[in-house]
Amino acid sequence: MTTLTNARLIDPENGTDAIGTVTLGDGKIKTINYDTPPPQDAIDCAGKCLAPGIIDIGVKICEPGERHKESFASAGAAAAAGGVTTMVIRPDTEPAIDTPELLEFVHRRAVADSMVNVLPMAALTLGRAGREMAEIGFLSDAGAVAFTDCDAVITDNKVFARCLTYAKGLDALIISHAQEPMLSSGASATSGALATKLGLPSVSTIAERMQLQRDLALIEMTGARVHFDQLSSRVGLNVLARAKAKGLRVTAGASIHHLTLNEMDLEGYPTFFKLKPPLRAEDDRVALASAVASGVIDVISSMHTPQDEESKRLPFEAAASGAVAMETLLPAAMQLVHGGYLDLPTLWRALSLNPAKLLGLDAGRLAIGAPADLILFDPDKPFVLDRTLLKSKSKNTPYDGRRMQGQVLRSYVAGQEIYRG
Amino acid sequence: MALSAKHLLGIEHLSPADITTILDLAEQYATLNRQANKHSSALAGMTQINMFFENSTRTLASFELAGKRLGADVMNMALGASSIKKGETLIDTAMTLNAMNPDLLVVRHQHSGAVDLLSQKVNCAVLNAGDGRHEHPTQALLDALTIRRAKGRLHRLNIAICGDIAHSRVARSNIFLLNKMENRIRLVGPQTLMPSGIDQFGVEVYHDMTEGLRDVDVVMMLRLQRERMDGAFIPSEREYYYRWGLTSEKLRAAKNDAIVMHPGPMNRGVEIDGDIADDINRSVIQEQVEMGVAVRMAAMDLLAQGLRAQTPAAVMA
Repeated sequence: MTTLTNARLIDPENGTDAIGTVTLGDGKIKTINYDTPPPQDAIDCAGKCLAPGIIDIGVKICEPGERHKESFASAGAAAAAGGVTTMVIRPDTEPAIDTPELLEFVHRRAVADSMVNVLPMAALTLGRAGREMAEIGFLSDAGAVAFTDCDAVITDNKVFARCLTYAKGLDALIISHAQEPMLSSGASATSGALATKLGLPSVSTIAERMQLQRDLALIEMTGARVHFDQLSSRVGLNVLARAKAKGLRVTAGASIHHLTLNEMDLEGYPTFFKLKPPLRAEDDRVALASAVASGVIDVISSMHTPQDEESKRLPFEAAASGAVAMETLLPAAMQLVHGGYLDLPTLWRALSLNPAKLLGLDAGRLAIGAPADLILFDPDKPFVLDRTLLKSKSKNTPYDGRRMQGQVLRSYVAGQEIYRG
Repeated sequence: MALSAKHLLGIEHLSPADITTILDLAEQYATLNRQANKHSSALAGMTQINMFFENSTRTLASFELAGKRLGADVMNMALGASSIKKGETLIDTAMTLNAMNPDLLVVRHQHSGAVDLLSQKVNCAVLNAGDGRHEHPTQALLDALTIRRAKGRLHRLNIAICGDIAHSRVARSNIFLLNKMENRIRLVGPQTLMPSGIDQFGVEVYHDMTEGLRDVDVVMMLRLQRERMDGAFIPSEREYYYRWGLTSEKLRAAKNDAIVMHPGPMNRGVEIDGDIADDINRSVIQEQVEMGVAVRMAAMDLLAQGLRAQTPAAVMA
């Protein structure tokens, strides 16, 4: 039994933020009290925040295939330090995770090596090639929580429609990437004056809207349950909001980078800022942050994508895309709270409650009987990020040298303390 | 008088004073270059390496000649094929050459920003000879010198830049330079070859060539790359020539004394009529080539002065 007292309890379900005491036992949350005095041996949280651990949908581990970039052990340590208690991992590895055998192998490795919960996603088509459907049924039985070809968009409408129809029958969750691939091929920035000045090949945000509209049409036709991994533009958000209002079973995420950075950071060609989709204008970022507050965006993800130094020490166009982000997710997200976009319970809906609901998990809540996956954090603690201190094997973070606020003090998985900051 | 920066990576961060300094010195080198003895000792004892990751004949020859006339030891490296195939990265290649203690690196690369990246990894002065579709500063400077000599000034001129703006580093550098010197810039070409957000660069965009050329002092043509002619950006060469090729008929809209420029190599009969290119009363294309050597001599001289101004200890650091 562990008792944590004098903590600001962040409850995303009830939208509350008040001082109280939580007792953990048998891997669950046993009691939650707001008035009774705590027992003698309770841990004094000194008024810091206690919240459900983050459930991060879309983490890339690089096992199998590129273990020099990230392993289950290093990713698990990074997650624990970042307050992520459940990693929902991407199948865009080498080879892609598209068979139940491979999924079971990966999951065994994950459980053995990682100190946080790991839930695997599987490829929707074999080799993420967009032609033949993966064994959605067997993969679900083996533990796949969702199906996605990640950034390899299925361009054949017939194939995608059949995948959606089949998945609907099994009530499997599909995760889709809303970027029209032909229009965005070769682009490393968003069209506009800045991309033109830098001479970078670019794509309009309309590419996001186009793919979203195609997907929504097929979702309407098939009735499948679909989550969009990351929206990033005002034009995309407008289309999503209309679809939700119409009652389609769709949800959407946003990456922490698109919520906190904009294209102006590309001045000087820093390759750690090369992301997919590319960083957008400040207008888009503001729209995205507001969409989290209003609930149009359901989930915030790190889209953790480790890249080694060699893949980034290249001219911008030639460099690899993506950034590591699990360890910076919480302080970066605190920027939205300190910036006045939303309060802590609302932020935690996007970080833990909604991802859990989407995947049908019991976690992500601060409620009696829920798994004791919790984090204690200081929402205000200022620091300057030094990328060399990250626990990820890869250090490709765009926040290097940035002043940030918010630090994880302790992380618990199933009631066990796995990290102390 | 040295430049305000250690490298010459682009026009964007040069001041009008820097530009004038380079052009004034280039004027002197232009005079020298017309004499029998063309030697100067500005770069005596220095080593200049020309690293060209992208094919070039004219620019490479111009930089080589400029270096030799200033007394530098000049080495040309055509890297388009060799190291890239062996998998060596740009930075490794640069650091290898840097270890040989060159004083000046002249770099051309197919990717925007590649020369900036390289300049952060070496301790010599770096001169951008064209990076992707980003900048080509010496081209803009030689264009400026040519205009100044032909028109007697480099301000308050109406200048039309015509053709493939979207993929052109020459256009970007010229837009920066000519705007800094307070000229009026028009861009002329099909909408597919106009980059997004170009209206925020202090230019006027025209799709009708005759309208765009009306009363201009300078007509600057750009090369249309072969790979843009395959139907993706324009329907055909003949339609392009009909609408945006420079003919004497279209040129009639410009001022009577308007000059015609082209950075070369030209596609005669695609973007420019052969007769105009050869018309010694209108075309300053050969003068551009001549000024190219002079401007590069001036730029390298000024960068070398900056290097010499550093103490040896500073160079080591």
